[in-house]
Amino acid sequence: MALLDLDPLVVAAARKLAARAAEPVVSLAKAHTTVAVERATLRLAGITGADSTHRAGDVPWVNRVIDTVREQCGLEHGVVLPAFHALREHDLGSLTELAEATAAGQIQFKIPTGKDLTAARKASTSAVAKGLKTVDRNKTQREKLVAKWGDPAQRPWIYLIVATGDIDEDVVQAQNAARAGADVIAVIRSTGQSLLDYVPEGATHHGFAGTYATQENFRIMRAALDDVSKEVGRYVRLTNYASGLCMPEIAVLAGLQRLDMMLNDSMYGILFRDINPIRTFVDQRFSRQVHARAGIIINTGEDNYLTTADAVDAAHTVTVSQLLNEHFAHEAGLPDHLLGLGHAFEINPKVPDSFRLELAHALLARELFPDAPLKWMPPTKHMTGDVFDGYLLDGFFNLAGVLTGQSILLVGMMTEAVVTPFLSDRDLALKNVRYVLNAAGSLAEDFRPSPDGLIVKRAHQVLGEAVDLLERIVDDGLLNAIADGTFGLMKRPADKGKGADGVVEKAPEYFNPASEMLEASDV
Amino acid sequence: MSDAKRYVRPYGDTTGDGMIQTSFTLPIPFGPKADGAALQLANKMGMDPAMVVHSNPIGDDFTFFVVYGSVKHLVDLDEVKVVEREYPLLSPSEVNNTLKKVLRRKLVVVGGCIGTDAHTVGIDAILNIKGFAGEKGLEYYRELKVVNLGAQVSVPELVRSARAEKADAVLISQVVTQRDAHILNTQEMSAAFREAMGDRRPLLVAGGPRFDPLMAGELGVDRVFSRGTTPGEVASYLVHAMQAKRGVAA
Repeated sequence: MALLDLDPLVVAAARKLAARAAEPVVSLAKAHTTVAVERATLRLAGITGADSTHRAGDVPWVNRVIDTVREQCGLEHGVVLPAFHALREHDLGSLTELAEATAAGQIQFKIPTGKDLTAARKASTSAVAKGLKTVDRNKTQREKLVAKWGDPAQRPWIYLIVATGDIDEDVVQAQNAARAGADVIAVIRSTGQSLLDYVPEGATHHGFAGTYATQENFRIMRAALDDVSKEVGRYVRLTNYASGLCMPEIAVLAGLQRLDMMLNDSMYGILFRDINPIRTFVDQRFSRQVHARAGIIINTGEDNYLTTADAVDAAHTVTVSQLLNEHFAHEAGLPDHLLGLGHAFEINPKVPDSFRLELAHALLARELFPDAPLKWMPPTKHMTGDVFDGYLLDGFFNLAGVLTGQSILLVGMMTEAVVTPFLSDRDLALKNVRYVLNAAGSLAEDFRPSPDGLIVKRAHQVLGEAVDLLERIVDDGLLNAIADGTFGLMKRPADKGKGADGVVEKAPEYFNPASEMLEASDV
Repeated sequence: MSDAKRYVRPYGDTTGDGMIQTSFTLPIPFGPKADGAALQLANKMGMDPAMVVHSNPIGDDFTFFVVYGSVKHLVDLDEVKVVEREYPLLSPSEVNNTLKKVLRRKLVVVGGCIGTDAHTVGIDAILNIKGFAGEKGLEYYRELKVVNLGAQVSVPELVRSARAEKADAVLISQVVTQRDAHILNTQEMSAAFREAMGDRRPLLVAGGPRFDPLMAGELGVDRVFSRGTTPGEVASYLVHAMQAKRGVAA
């Protein structure tokens, strides 16, 4: 369709710059592991459950094992070698038994050598392979169910958020939302989960402004959506969040429970949660490899930049972030059709021509990433509490979405920033989307921005600014650019931030069967 | 306004008509009975006469209504109590000049979101140079030193930073209000400062969309800012409060 007449040379240059900017970070990610990557690996190998007798509350068994291994022999060789060696040495039946024995102080972990090393490698490889097989089976199962029940009849897919804090209430809301037309349900996590260095266990009923991401909550919601998918005759997708300190583990749990999309941004944790940059890049790479294996669509978080910075001034930082997210995703094995790159309708409605500028930015993303299922996110910053105004703004957001061919549309709520949405708010919001889809769903067919009009000019300008910024990032180094506050105005030095103490440099003998199998499955 | 009105009622299109509109959902199936139920609720809310101008089903078990009607109630303006702005609004240069004169050093502001609250949108709107509603944030003011601790700052961490930075004022923001988290967190914060520093504690300011400025006493803070507060208002208040403090000390 190409309405913007972007110069293919400029586009290629932008991609090349993004790759160059990312290169040192990818090497860094390959050279390190983290406590979260090691925990994710053991989860793939089958460990489950939590220590409910611990005085700190339910501590997942996987945390107990990793912490003890780290204390006794370090993590630079990876956790599986000492863990599977101990399993054989003590003749234990499962990793969970190993965890119990670890908590009881009965295990002294060590790095095996010789024959023991070979045995530990073999046992851990077959355990992890079993976990990955479950992930593969879930991927096949999704494909089967999509074939049976069908995809949504229209693009964009309609993406709706539930966030009650109680998984049982979430199920009611999610099923009702699906009946009312939602194609994708996202269960927002409890405020603060991103900074927990463990994944809570079991079904949960008390979250703050969201529901904890746990393996059991994932299972409950996916089962509920399977029920409603059958009823409404289309496969309703489930989204959660692989972000924060447990990115790799959550990615594994999503793969094990057949989630369909995951929020996964390469820099969000650094910028908005003050998580250590190295920790984030290591965790991100592993989690994306898992997503690639699971056939999960990632959603990136460029909308966030526009809530802190100005949506016009910072438009090019969104493009830069999209290009970086794309590169990191490709590098981790994710193909274009799994790249839900994000962007948002956040220009101040009082700015003259704000809608035309939004169209320019949205079209630019569309044409830069023609095969990616772009995620289009609604206004939040300029939702004032005047719900009538907000409803109109959401209507224009929906129109921009269909006019520029966006793939996934996060439904805006007129009560954004006021209350968690009422049942009726959600119903009205869906009515708004349906009206626009029905009235103007095919308007893109007739839409030809003038070649020297504002929209085309603005898109070229933003792309040009993005290339300039990428050049500076390449010169300066991505980590330095992040430290200097290039993105979202936040300054995040590489040696600071939460979770830094969970980063470990790999020894030459480092062994992780999950990483090896995931690297091998990269295309 | 010497002839200010004391009693008022809502205005639709004629003085005194008392007209309002409201919308709500009842957990009953759509139909004539549902409309009747909505009418009964509207009457009990003081709308008389009331008109259910629209209703539609939401799923099988719920009905949504839009209701217009006239309320009987009168508002007695003499009984309305609000916190009126007790300080003059100053421009950034007036803020800078006054602070320079009063303090002869920069005024140190430490801010953050406390508890598990990760919504920095409020504190960032006030502190970040980017600002809010066309006004630049406190970082823009030459005579202010701003330390933004960001999201999910623990209370001990906040007290520690305030002490290390020799903060004159501490700004905390609370957006999440589930189970009164915003109130409990703020009370915990003010108690910690009282305990750690007594009278020498910095000025404590709480902000958030669900706070009521009348709650300052209950929360144990010096000032509460609510929805729509701009950086300029906060800066002007800080100047006013520092002047008052100095006045007492002198």
